[in-house]
Amino acid sequence: MNPETHAVIEDVVRTAYGRLIAYLAARTGDVTGAEDALSDALFTALQKWPADGVPDKPEAWLLHVARNRMTDTARHRQVSERYEQVLQQIAEEAQMVADTREYFPDERLKLLFVCAHPAIDESARTPLMLQTVLGIDAARIASAFLVSPAAMSQRLVRAKSKIRDAAIPFYVPDPPEWNTRVAFVLDAIYAAYTSGWDSLMETASTHHAMAPEAITLGQMLVQLMPGEPEALGLLALMLHCEARRSARYTSEGEYVPLDKQDIALWSQPMMEEAEKHLRMAAALKRMGRYQLEAAIQSVHASRAVTGRINWPEILMLYDGLVRISPGIGSLVGRAVAIGQAGQPAAGLAALEELPPHRIVTYQPYWATRGHLLLLLDRKAEAQEAFIRAASLTDDPALREYLFKLKNNCAC
Amino acid sequence: MKYALLYIESKPQFDRRNDPAFMGAWVAYIESLRAAGIFVAGAGLQSPETATTVCVREGKRHVHDGPYAETKELVGGVSIIDVPNLDIALEWAARSPAAGYGSVEVRPVLPTPPPSK
Repeated sequence: MNPETHAVIEDVVRTAYGRLIAYLAARTGDVTGAEDALSDALFTALQKWPADGVPDKPEAWLLHVARNRMTDTARHRQVSERYEQVLQQIAEEAQMVADTREYFPDERLKLLFVCAHPAIDESARTPLMLQTVLGIDAARIASAFLVSPAAMSQRLVRAKSKIRDAAIPFYVPDPPEWNTRVAFVLDAIYAAYTSGWDSLMETASTHHAMAPEAITLGQMLVQLMPGEPEALGLLALMLHCEARRSARYTSEGEYVPLDKQDIALWSQPMMEEAEKHLRMAAALKRMGRYQLEAAIQSVHASRAVTGRINWPEILMLYDGLVRISPGIGSLVGRAVAIGQAGQPAAGLAALEELPPHRIVTYQPYWATRGHLLLLLDRKAEAQEAFIRAASLTDDPALREYLFKLKNNCAC
Repeated sequence: MKYALLYIESKPQFDRRNDPAFMGAWVAYIESLRAAGIFVAGAGLQSPETATTVCVREGKRHVHDGPYAETKELVGGVSIIDVPNLDIALEWAARSPAAGYGSVEVRPVLPTPPPSK
């Protein structure tokens, strides 16, 4: 096939896939139907465009073909009169988009709210977003989330049937529902950022298989809800973490902890963008979990300027964070900050308050415990904690680093 | 639900077991399986050259030296763990040292028949 046409199709898919799915699904309530119709339309495009040339408005063309396909399916199924009206409306809108300079309505925000709906199984929300909004295939999502491809496909199929059969509405919620529903959307996007590697603390996490996609979703969300400070906070958090990607390993593949990273390897533009979003969020004057987490990363980032880490400030931010979001990650992060701010015994005491069932397989707990015990000169116990931490990570470089820490306690 | 984790290694990877630093990671990993209360059984296996294979055909016993079949990849060891579902089994498989240099095959185990009275 003509590589130029292929490039055009790829480009349309990249920029318009989510918009087309969102548009079709928002009108029919049927995500699977929308996906089938669109993949049919794309297949037709692959056959026709090389010969006929790429149409003036590829999205309108795809919308038109997809709609025809949905009409065919509807005829076989003898659907309700309302459904036929919906298809008629889609046809008219597709025509209108084709005739004018206008772009068809952007329904992606509604689709994001549907994907992160509380009625959808939590483990399906993020994969659903990645697949429907960004068009990522199920097999890649499965690897990122460390589940089998068959199980992931099944999970996605089940979630989409639920949307259709339970008639989960495509709409943007109003306050007071807004805040809780936005939190689901934010959490699902953040889960995409940390996918498959949630045994690592986010700042230390190295293998973010879906990180660029999560940032794309975060940027989309900020565009779609510009007045929401937490969306800005989430994007700032992801950008700050992502800015350090190339500093996390040496060229030999050795793991480098955050406080030892070479600041010259941090991405200045990403850090600046993160700071910009954080300032915009602050101007909206409503604090939240993601803004606090981003602020903590911002303090780490300022080491690039000041040459030191302001641990008392980080501790203050963690104090705020555990009040609104006492997750295991923030509680352990707070213990690190207490220890680094000059009180290792108090840090260790904070760690030991955590319920045993939550820490037994939580790697950052054991690594932190090792660090604090080492600061307290309790070397034998520190060694044990580092060994435990090493056995709980799925990052071989981090495992090696933790064993090195353990060996360093020996002297 | 019980799963068998089969640790698949190449021959050079298999030979690293003589390095105590390398084996430390395995000892720690197995210890974590125990600490999480999910370890059912398991063992590392000696090399295929130590194997002797036996079969019985038409009443005749056949014994030969070595493994059933020569392959590039071999099973270095096996753990049986008891966890609620496949996702958790995969999480543990990914943490094993073998996941980082070889691979881990995760297979559900058939239910054991109840003991006869």
